[in-house]
Amino acid sequence: MKTTRRNFVGGVSTVAMLSASGVALAQKKYSDGATDKEIKIGNTNPYSGPASSYGVIGKCIEAYWKSVNDRGGINGRMVKFVTLDDGYSPPKTVELVRQLVEQEKVLAMFQTLGTPTNTAIHKYMNQKKVPQLFVATGASKWGKPKEFPWTMGFQPDYHTEAVIYAKHILANHKDAKIGVLMQNDDYGKDYWEGFKEGLGKDIGKVVKHVTYETTDPTVDSQIIQLKDSGANVFFNISIPKFAAQAIRKAADLGWKPVHYLNNVSSSVASTLKPAGLENSQGILTALYLMDPTDKQWNNNADMKTWSAWMDKWMPGANKSDGSYVYAYAVSYLMEQTLKKCGDDLTRENLMRQAANHQKLRVPLLLPGITINTSPTDFYPVQSVQLASFKGETWNLFGDIMSAEST
Amino acid sequence: MPAFPKKLLWVLLALAFLVPLLHPLFPDVVSGYRLFLVSTMIIAAIAVLGLNLLTGFNGQISLGHGAFYAVGAYTAAVLMDHLNMPYWATLPCAAVVCFIVGYLFGLPALKLEGHYLALATFALALAVPQILKYKWLEGMTGGVQGIVLNKPEVPFGLPLSEDQWLYYYCLIVMVVLYWAAANMLNSRSGRAMMAIRDQYMAADTMGIDTALYKTVTFGISAAYTGIAGALSASAIAFVAPDSFNIFLSIKFLIGLVVGGVGSLAGSVAGGIFYVLVDNSAQALSLFVRNDLGLPFDLSAYTVFGVLLIALMYLMPMGIVGGVYLAWRKLRGVRG
Repeated sequence: MKTTRRNFVGGVSTVAMLSASGVALAQKKYSDGATDKEIKIGNTNPYSGPASSYGVIGKCIEAYWKSVNDRGGINGRMVKFVTLDDGYSPPKTVELVRQLVEQEKVLAMFQTLGTPTNTAIHKYMNQKKVPQLFVATGASKWGKPKEFPWTMGFQPDYHTEAVIYAKHILANHKDAKIGVLMQNDDYGKDYWEGFKEGLGKDIGKVVKHVTYETTDPTVDSQIIQLKDSGANVFFNISIPKFAAQAIRKAADLGWKPVHYLNNVSSSVASTLKPAGLENSQGILTALYLMDPTDKQWNNNADMKTWSAWMDKWMPGANKSDGSYVYAYAVSYLMEQTLKKCGDDLTRENLMRQAANHQKLRVPLLLPGITINTSPTDFYPVQSVQLASFKGETWNLFGDIMSAEST
Repeated sequence: MPAFPKKLLWVLLALAFLVPLLHPLFPDVVSGYRLFLVSTMIIAAIAVLGLNLLTGFNGQISLGHGAFYAVGAYTAAVLMDHLNMPYWATLPCAAVVCFIVGYLFGLPALKLEGHYLALATFALALAVPQILKYKWLEGMTGGVQGIVLNKPEVPFGLPLSEDQWLYYYCLIVMVVLYWAAANMLNSRSGRAMMAIRDQYMAADTMGIDTALYKTVTFGISAAYTGIAGALSASAIAFVAPDSFNIFLSIKFLIGLVVGGVGSLAGSVAGGIFYVLVDNSAQALSLFVRNDLGLPFDLSAYTVFGVLLIALMYLMPMGIVGGVYLAWRKLRGVRG
């Protein structure tokens, strides 16, 4: 068995691997949560409380597993997805995750949502040696296989994304004077750290750095400060509500910097339309998922499949919400990972397979972006493509870019 | 409210100490997770006990005890993280810090009565998570990232699991605090506290220093809740501003009212109730949707609300009051 596995690690294609793994792991092996008939997966999501707008992700993932079971499950096993409401409160997450791991005996936790909530269970999951897979947060600390071999992220982390913007600025704007607007929390700081790292010795080009709190009513005063600083490049680290305000205010003031907008606010429906499409022309961002409100994907096969799936499994849901695209893509990745485990549904093998994706194409990721992981690389999606806003859609340009995060 | 029968108290206490040792016999029933859950109940009970001293026995309403809980948790976390203080030594520190904070808050609160005090404390609960994120404090509090801690280690090489030890640790702290509160209430000071609650003007006329008693009670109440916060920091092994949102304060108030205002045993019942119902509400809403297949997508909060309303109708005096009345009815005592 060992030699076979070693052989196919060096193997050529994923397809070959998929079929080989079924043969190689003929012997059935199970950890808690897996049987001949069932695979039990746990999840926590904020269905109530301050972050409850993210709750749709949990609901969509639940629908995804229903559709998987409807298709006959994974290698003949039904997926039992137990999702509980932690209200975005870390102590509650600890309690619920312990319940899921120790009482419900789930095979793994999947897509637990939130940075503080995942931080609270990080150590526990690794002590218990239960996979904490594809967590729903863009912080950069989820890909540390040496210290935390049981935890893996999913989306390109904020740090990596900011490095890419910084490099792009340095390469394209020689006389850049950069103004930064930042949300004052871990998400904002993660971007800021990456940005600083990307600028390196050119950090002096940042002429103004202002912050806001999520409780602030507007960012008008911050934008005025940035304009007055004489900045000609604007790095906008804000969530949709504030990003839209910033774009509008800059236009009102007649301030026209080169505008880099973080991926968090790249949704056409929730940021650029409220800000005014005419004010949003030329804004730059980095994308990795297709935006359901972006018309250029209307005829894309993945998008059509997703749209039909949404109509069947999430009737009545607001299809312009990018969260559903995200949830669908990440669930697909989990499904593929479980499939690859074959009949060896142990926690060890699940982590081994999660860290063994080569050029896996996941629907709704931008064309050309694939999932790549290895025992030393726990960042599944690490590539983005820059896009500028033109007319009513994002225009992708340049190559797919990656940066290795540390 | 009646005093708790002593015999029953001893029996319960003996049970509480013995049950975790049954783990080898019933590994699934007395599991690590269940012990952890009971530990969180005990912690909630201590916090409610603190609130009860203020609201139940002194008549001052607080909607902001989550703030003291947060201060206690952060005091413990900062001491453990920055000064490497052992976890047990953080409890008295948290108590002292929270006493001072509570006392100081109690001073301006003297001018506020009833609803106005409720609102002021509410503001405190809203402000504390923001203050914890404040830039100047960030070096200490870790800002939004919070502080990751270690779980309490089992001392003296006792043959206990981490969860068992945590349970005993919380239980011992609660017993000590309960005993201290019972003694205090049974003393001259306790009677003064209750006199202020019952008839403020009469108490003042009788020579009770109402200002002093009210502020000190505020301090003691905050200290109790702060100790609970410090315990929770050890139990969860992580603190972050998100852990101390406004719901936490509401939760203590619910625990207080449900358990029984002005009853020490009620505080314990309230703490247990809150954690238990909060958990079963979610299980119940899942059960309705998945197992019964009913087309309602009831949120856990809806179920919780319905349970709460039902309970308040059935036991308007809280759990302890309700049980006491039922007991009296059973024995045929009237009046």
